[in-house]
Amino acid sequence: MTDLAAPAALPKPRRDILPVLLPVILALAMLPLIGSASSWVTLTVASLAMGMMIFIMASGLTLVFGLMDVLNFGHGAFISVGAYAATLVLLPLAPYVQADSLWLNLAVLAPAAVLSMAVSGALGLVVERVLILPVYGQHLKQILMTTGGLIVAEQALYALWGPQIIPLPLPTSLRGSFIIGDIAIAKYRLLAMLVGLIVFAGIQLVLNRTKIGLLIRAGVENREMVEALGYRIRRLFLGVFMTGSGLAGLGGVMWALYREQVHASMGNDLTVLVFIVVIIGGLGSIGGCFIGALLVAMVANYGGFLVPKLALVSNILLMVAVLMWRPRGLYAVTSR
Amino acid sequence: MTDLLTLAGVHTHIGRYHILHGIDFAVPEGQSTMLLGRNGAGKTTTLRTIMGLWQASAGRISLDGQSIEHSATPDIARLGVGYVPESMAVFSDLTVKENLILAARDGPLDDSRLEWIFGFFPALRRFWLSRAGSLSGGQKQMLSIARAIVEPRKLLLIDEPTKGLAPAIVVALIECFAEVKRRGATILLVEQNFHAARELGDKVLVMDNGMIVHRGEMAALATDVALQERLLGLSLETHQ
Repeated sequence: MTDLAAPAALPKPRRDILPVLLPVILALAMLPLIGSASSWVTLTVASLAMGMMIFIMASGLTLVFGLMDVLNFGHGAFISVGAYAATLVLLPLAPYVQADSLWLNLAVLAPAAVLSMAVSGALGLVVERVLILPVYGQHLKQILMTTGGLIVAEQALYALWGPQIIPLPLPTSLRGSFIIGDIAIAKYRLLAMLVGLIVFAGIQLVLNRTKIGLLIRAGVENREMVEALGYRIRRLFLGVFMTGSGLAGLGGVMWALYREQVHASMGNDLTVLVFIVVIIGGLGSIGGCFIGALLVAMVANYGGFLVPKLALVSNILLMVAVLMWRPRGLYAVTSR
Repeated sequence: MTDLLTLAGVHTHIGRYHILHGIDFAVPEGQSTMLLGRNGAGKTTTLRTIMGLWQASAGRISLDGQSIEHSATPDIARLGVGYVPESMAVFSDLTVKENLILAARDGPLDDSRLEWIFGFFPALRRFWLSRAGSLSGGQKQMLSIARAIVEPRKLLLIDEPTKGLAPAIVVALIECFAEVKRRGATILLVEQNFHAARELGDKVLVMDNGMIVHRGEMAALATDVALQERLLGLSLETHQ
């Protein structure tokens, strides 16, 4: 049978759902090991919240990696800068943050988050034009330039805000937990999960329902052909880079509120975690990044509870295990 | 007849390798020009250099009188150049529909043009919402060509479209290119299938070692067995 007389329907592509099931399998497998249902729920919710925050920080990096093959070791700078930018709103308006009103708290948090994203996104514009543009296609130089950029950004934050850790208390209405029986679920973790899901849904919507999204997906797969169709992928990349930087800034604020403190090295501290997530997920894959972030957070939380001594290496072990199973990550999008 | 595309003294280096050695040729508007030659002669490099995917290190390339040797690939595409690479390069994660939506730069897909394309390649209608990665090799080639003609283009650069395809598909491709030409497009086509080249070609260029070693009418080459053997190492008759 020739292709011209093709069958009425192609065999349906096999849906690769195993990676999607991994977090569920892992969570259920931990239940008997942890023993207490309330501890399991607490750890699981903590993992989901932490995973969502890491996903927000890592989502831009995976697209940058996948789309332009750029190794941005300075991604952590956007996280730190985003967190510091939020302090410009949250600290002067501390009375509103401490007010016992959800609406007043959100009225302060929202502009803080927007400012963080704007400042980090603008920094992303500068970094792409100044540091990355001259070294496209040169991985070693990209690593050197972006690592240098991270160091400069970190030292600039120390110079501007001082070396001390800045306390960033949670808004009053987001403190504490909802108590269901003997299970306590922290309010802020629920908010983090909600924001993470909104960001994930938003990215999926853009990638799957808009022409820009089609271009990004196509560019991740074959940027040369996208250019041959008449699209300037450098501009697209700049947009993705700025958006990814902005999301890293948003993740930075959320992480700072989660830890209730801001310090200049927080982005650097998170860089390894973010890279592990991107590698586990598969370069350029948002779905893989999402699952990778959940897995990393689960392994950190469950591992820290069950075998505290393993906590420091648990994510490396996870990455090794995933790469032994799927050498190009959970969902391979690019051939890199 | 005016020339739509001209190359004058074009050299291309890839790394330290000197691939194109000062090629000169012209592609007349509204005609099909076949670029023939053995593997490694520089045919694909010529198309990629015209498309700006590799920069010419010397020489001049002009399209419709406009110099494009220093233009970026997207700008060249926007001058009305469609490109079908040898690898087909369909976006396998996107559906057939999404591939064509991307190719339609100037607006939404034109239904009547789609119907025209489906007339040549009915499989594309059938698999409209299927992922391009799940198509067969022939269907991917159809999609790659459909992408290049989903909007009218002045010039089509097509790299070995019939390679590895079943004869029935090759016939459909030849019909498609002939109709595209009738609608006014100019075609520069790299081909190893001499039967297809003879069916389609008005003009012929033969390359060897990064140089043009013959140029002329396709009809003349098709009837001159000795010339075929000298230039290409085999004759059209024996190849059919």
